[in-house]
Amino acid sequence: MKKSRSVRLIAALGALALVIAACGDGGGEFEAGELGAVEVGADEAIQIRSLNAITGEVAFLGIPNENAIRMAVDDYGQIAGRDVNVGTGLDDLCSADGGQSAAQTIVADSAVVGVIGTSCSGAAAAASPLLSDAGLSMISASNTSPSLTSDLEGTAGENYYAGYYRTAHNDLFQGQAAANFVFENLDLTKVALIHDGDPYTNGLTTAFENAFTELGGEIVVHTAVSVGQTDMVPVLTEVAAGEPELIFFPIFPAEGTAIAQQVSGVAGLEDVVLMAADGLSVTNFLDLPESENMYFSGPDTRFDENTNEATDLNGEQFLADYESEFGEAPSADFWGHAYDATTMLLTAIEAVAVEDGDSLWIDRQALRDELNSISGFDGLIGSITCDEYGDCGANVISIFQHNNLDDHQASKANILYTYSG
Amino acid sequence: MTTTTSPSKTSRRFRFNWVDSFLWFIRVSALIAIVIGIVGSVQLFLEGEGPTAEQWRDLVISGLSTGFMYGLIALGYSMVYGVLGFINFAHGEVFMSGLMVSLIAATLMFENGFWDANPTLALLIVLSISMLVSTLVAVLAERIAYRPLRGAPRLIPLITSIGVSFFLQYAFAGIFGVATRSYPPAPGNLGNDVEFLGIAIEGTKLLVVGVALISMVGLWWFVAKTKTGRAMRAVAEDKEIAGLMGINVDRTIVTTFAVGGAMAGVAGLLWALLFRAVDFLTGFLPGIKAFTAAVLGGIGNLPGAMLGGVLLGLFENVGPLLVLNGLGIPAVSQLKDAVAFAALVLVLVFRPTGLLGERLGSEDRA
Repeated sequence: MKKSRSVRLIAALGALALVIAACGDGGGEFEAGELGAVEVGADEAIQIRSLNAITGEVAFLGIPNENAIRMAVDDYGQIAGRDVNVGTGLDDLCSADGGQSAAQTIVADSAVVGVIGTSCSGAAAAASPLLSDAGLSMISASNTSPSLTSDLEGTAGENYYAGYYRTAHNDLFQGQAAANFVFENLDLTKVALIHDGDPYTNGLTTAFENAFTELGGEIVVHTAVSVGQTDMVPVLTEVAAGEPELIFFPIFPAEGTAIAQQVSGVAGLEDVVLMAADGLSVTNFLDLPESENMYFSGPDTRFDENTNEATDLNGEQFLADYESEFGEAPSADFWGHAYDATTMLLTAIEAVAVEDGDSLWIDRQALRDELNSISGFDGLIGSITCDEYGDCGANVISIFQHNNLDDHQASKANILYTYSG
Repeated sequence: MTTTTSPSKTSRRFRFNWVDSFLWFIRVSALIAIVIGIVGSVQLFLEGEGPTAEQWRDLVISGLSTGFMYGLIALGYSMVYGVLGFINFAHGEVFMSGLMVSLIAATLMFENGFWDANPTLALLIVLSISMLVSTLVAVLAERIAYRPLRGAPRLIPLITSIGVSFFLQYAFAGIFGVATRSYPPAPGNLGNDVEFLGIAIEGTKLLVVGVALISMVGLWWFVAKTKTGRAMRAVAEDKEIAGLMGINVDRTIVTTFAVGGAMAGVAGLLWALLFRAVDFLTGFLPGIKAFTAAVLGGIGNLPGAMLGGVLLGLFENVGPLLVLNGLGIPAVSQLKDAVAFAALVLVLVFRPTGLLGERLGSEDRA
């Protein structure tokens, strides 16, 4: 009891000292907006967080995102004389559970201003409401599910919450690009779709279905596998019964591998064309002999010439830096998006930060307004403009055919179709 | 005497009982749903919709081969239950460990060309490594985790086995990493179709069924005809009396675990041929399925475990398309696991002891 009373006394004295110090500097009192503001003391760092899938089967996606975030923070340097601290990388586990518990960890720390993440749409659907309620801004580099932003026609998606932004494309573009390619370039009209129930995979197959039927094609089967399933003969038999010419399965490597390996053993699917999306255009799937000649849709990553305006780094330099720092090429396609997302957040923080005496104040609502107003920001991924539901991506989708098992970069350069949203 | 207190058989038979009538309601409606589903699928088939005859045949074959693999794993559950009366939940991981370690040998042989040059020898090498590792892991688990708990209430080794299961999963994740790895494709011309009894069957699936049958016969011979097998049956009957009769109970129990592990090792080879993909969680679902198969067939009964496995494989492969598709449910294949476990519930509703199981006395129940 005694102790707590003395602590209170010290705290009160400290507060008084702060007020006197502030007045002594002649600064006016900072007025926080409705979401409150974060105060960063003189020798404190500005806190942002990385929330990506860094363990488990989808770590290939989250690890390059987190690496790119750290590179961007280093390249950007200080804001108003203060360092930016990313802290320990948090893990979204590529699941709703992981996203939720990581978001709870983040909101428990009132010093955090913004979050770069999540990697997976399923994790974002759980993390976004918590972070939004706490007044934070989050920018994802690789969430693509339409449900997280909007249908691009002015209706918010079911998982949209204020303060959510992304530099990744909205999968409505990817669905359209893939459908156009199949219908016009491959000249195929009967397609089977397989998703795994996740918002990313389900969102993409649905976008494909809508675009493809609009073009005049036919979706003969639209089915799903469950995560962890290894025996694909039943689902492939269900697919075979629809006699598709092409199977589009934009899922993740564990189940994707099983499908690619078992498809040739199912009667009626010997000659079917296989197509997948960015979730499978990853090293260990592209190593499979069965993935040869498959088509993959994904973000166009020809960023060599693009320069990020905040750090003056171009895509080619980024890849060189990445390789020298981490000893390998990025294992997934969203490194540029993660780098741009981070520099966007830091630029916006710098724009809204107000120095008041020794403290730096970052107003949470002002930060969101600043991010919403971003227009024509030059990033590695191209010119970035945010719409009112947080879609900031460059929306350029390309489709390549995997024709070189030994050199994935050469395969990824074998681009047959490019779509710009 | 009023009917409420009367124990007489006639009055009991006619008494209205909510639980019984509810169970009958479930039985009847399940049967009706299944019949409607099958009729619907047959109609679709006659209209030329849905899978073709060839595809149905392939589904049955793939269900059988998966089922035989489940059966082999189920034997391990059933044997341990028969002898010790507890469910060894780490058995799925015993299966995974052999599979994971023999992947190293398979990859090496594939890379230097031995895999395709000497298919038989290559598969025998994979088989022996897989059996050896699985046996070793099963025996070590018994020695380290279960033997100190001998005589403790049955719930305790059961919970311990869940701990062993997690330990093995994450030990393998630490050693081998978490990425999904893949066995090389079936060696030689094994992947091609083989003519068998007038129908073309994929070579690997035929091999899977053949290997499983041989192992099953071998196990039956071991349990029924050898001295050690007799000792196992004696220990299963009554540990104390068996000990008094001069049987080394500890050694017999170790043998039980070893044989169950070896069968899981064989199943590892079959998995490598059928599905190829492996990661540290690979053992979990087949383990649960094999446990389901063991219960389906009547736990503690070896032919029952095999029968349960085969039926479960068939149900989960054919069931979704045959029953659920006929009922007009969309995206049926993701309900494959649900069908497998629903099949278990249905069998238990009709036959609570499992297909070949016998009613256990209350003291024998786990």
